[in-house]
Amino acid sequence: MNWFTAFLKSSIGRKVVMGLTGIFLIVFLVVHCGVNACIFVNDNGETFNKAAHFMGSNFFIRVAEIGLFAGILLHIVQGLLLWADKSKRRPVGYNKTAGSVTSTWYSRSMGLLGTLILLFLILHLKHFWVPSRITGLGEVMYEQEKVLNLYSEMKRVFSELWVVVVYVLGVISLGYHLMHGFQSAFQSLGWNHPKYTPLIKSLGFGFSILVPLIFAAMPLLMYLEIIN
Amino acid sequence: MIMSGDMKLTLKVWRQKNSSAKGAFETYQVDGISKDMSFLEMFDVLNERLISEGKEPIAFDHDCREGICGMCSMYINGRAHGPWKGTTTCQLHMRAFNDGDTIVVEPWRSVAFPVVKDLVVNRSAFDRIIQAGGYISVNTGNAVDANSILIDKPDADKAFAAAACIGCGACVAACPNASAMLFTSAKVSHLALLPQGDPERKTRVNNMVRQMDIEGFGMCSNTGACEAECPKEISLENIARMNREYVSSVFAG
Ligand code: HEM
Ligand code: SF4
Ligand code: FES
Repeated sequence: MNWFTAFLKSSIGRKVVMGLTGIFLIVFLVVHCGVNACIFVNDNGETFNKAAHFMGSNFFIRVAEIGLFAGILLHIVQGLLLWADKSKRRPVGYNKTAGSVTSTWYSRSMGLLGTLILLFLILHLKHFWVPSRITGLGEVMYEQEKVLNLYSEMKRVFSELWVVVVYVLGVISLGYHLMHGFQSAFQSLGWNHPKYTPLIKSLGFGFSILVPLIFAAMPLLMYLEIIN
Repeated sequence: MIMSGDMKLTLKVWRQKNSSAKGAFETYQVDGISKDMSFLEMFDVLNERLISEGKEPIAFDHDCREGICGMCSMYINGRAHGPWKGTTTCQLHMRAFNDGDTIVVEPWRSVAFPVVKDLVVNRSAFDRIIQAGGYISVNTGNAVDANSILIDKPDADKAFAAAACIGCGACVAACPNASAMLFTSAKVSHLALLPQGDPERKTRVNNMVRQMDIEGFGMCSNTGACEAECPKEISLENIARMNREYVSSVFAG
């Protein structure tokens, strides 16, 4: 396995890890966004609670959840290491830089945007993951089945303005992170082709706007009691 | 013959005696600059004056002065080789600036490119990357007929575009991570695309990437600053190709 650790330590190997975990997190976002969008049905949370119950009780999804935590951890650790590596590569900086002419600010700020996402993520896990998996939560009955009432928990959490503001800022950071990250992951994995790269770039652009918008709508519409 | 003109400029230039000295910016007023001079000729005017004043002229690298050798490395107003796209410093003309401008000139900044003196940096790290695999092994003897190996035209074009890299180091200088991926990938791609490069394809990419890492270049974060600043407009596609070549050399090699 010598060759494998050498690969993981190489500059390209580390970027391949970043790209693979990044795409994995994107897939997770699609699922997460889809399940949560059930609140827009506006049926007092029944569809959403059932979907969340399925996600929480299905064996394969619970296994995937462990994979998800491992993937996030790997992405964060590797990402922060990459970020910290920069200053070693250019110990004496430039007096004058015109970086904004040659690259986008968000492509140069992936570590900062990632850290903002991480801070948001900690709060987010505390709000929903901890009570639903560890400390416990109220339940509701649907067709003789007791399920966790995550919907009412959501309403409770999103009744505070500062929480809503933090969530919106969190998903904006996520949007910019993806604006660069989506297409960057494909490039890191070597998937660049004149025929498909423009498509990937457009897809990434759409994804980084649409997904954060849907996520932002959840706390906003709940706070404004449009979803009730 | 040096032309003269009526541009007046303020230059802030990095001066450093040698690789271990500390270095600092010095400010110079230059006048009589013509818009038709190249940036290097503008430095020539200033250096002649410094010499006549008994001062140490500003050291900068240059050789061909026609955009093909890649020597004239310097960071001008925050840009590698100055503000023009697809140009080296020797091809940058003073009409890119306005009368009265202040221009900041610094050496490439990368731990792998130590400053030798003033604006001159040591780029032998690039030579060592080439030595690690940027070649093909052929037996000596009669020259083979050029048409004995047929090459697909699109591949030949891509290989040619990659081979246009002049090793100037602007990609490293402009990269926020001081990564040498664009340079190394141009050299890997050039040979990987050609049948002559095929036999050593896997060892080549492996050895060159290893050397690139040993030299202390950073990791690529796909910001694209290298491509934007490269005087030969080497494409990011080459980096993706190198990543593919590397991954397949590791997992299928
Ligand atoms: C759901 C959350 C996240 C998603 C969907 C995501 C997605 C991505 C993607 C797709 C990439 C591009 C990979 C590549 O360039 O090969 C990336 C890169 C990166 N991510 Fe994340 N990420 C997330 C969270 C985080 C967090 C929490 C951090 C750090 C605390 C982080 C830090 C980074 C860094 C530093 C990079 C490398 C940037 C680069 O090399 O260009 N990310 N991310
Ligand atoms: S890739 Fe472009 S910027 Fe980099 S060394 Fe080659 S010619 Fe110079
Ligand atoms: S001096 Fe040769 S490229 Fe500028």
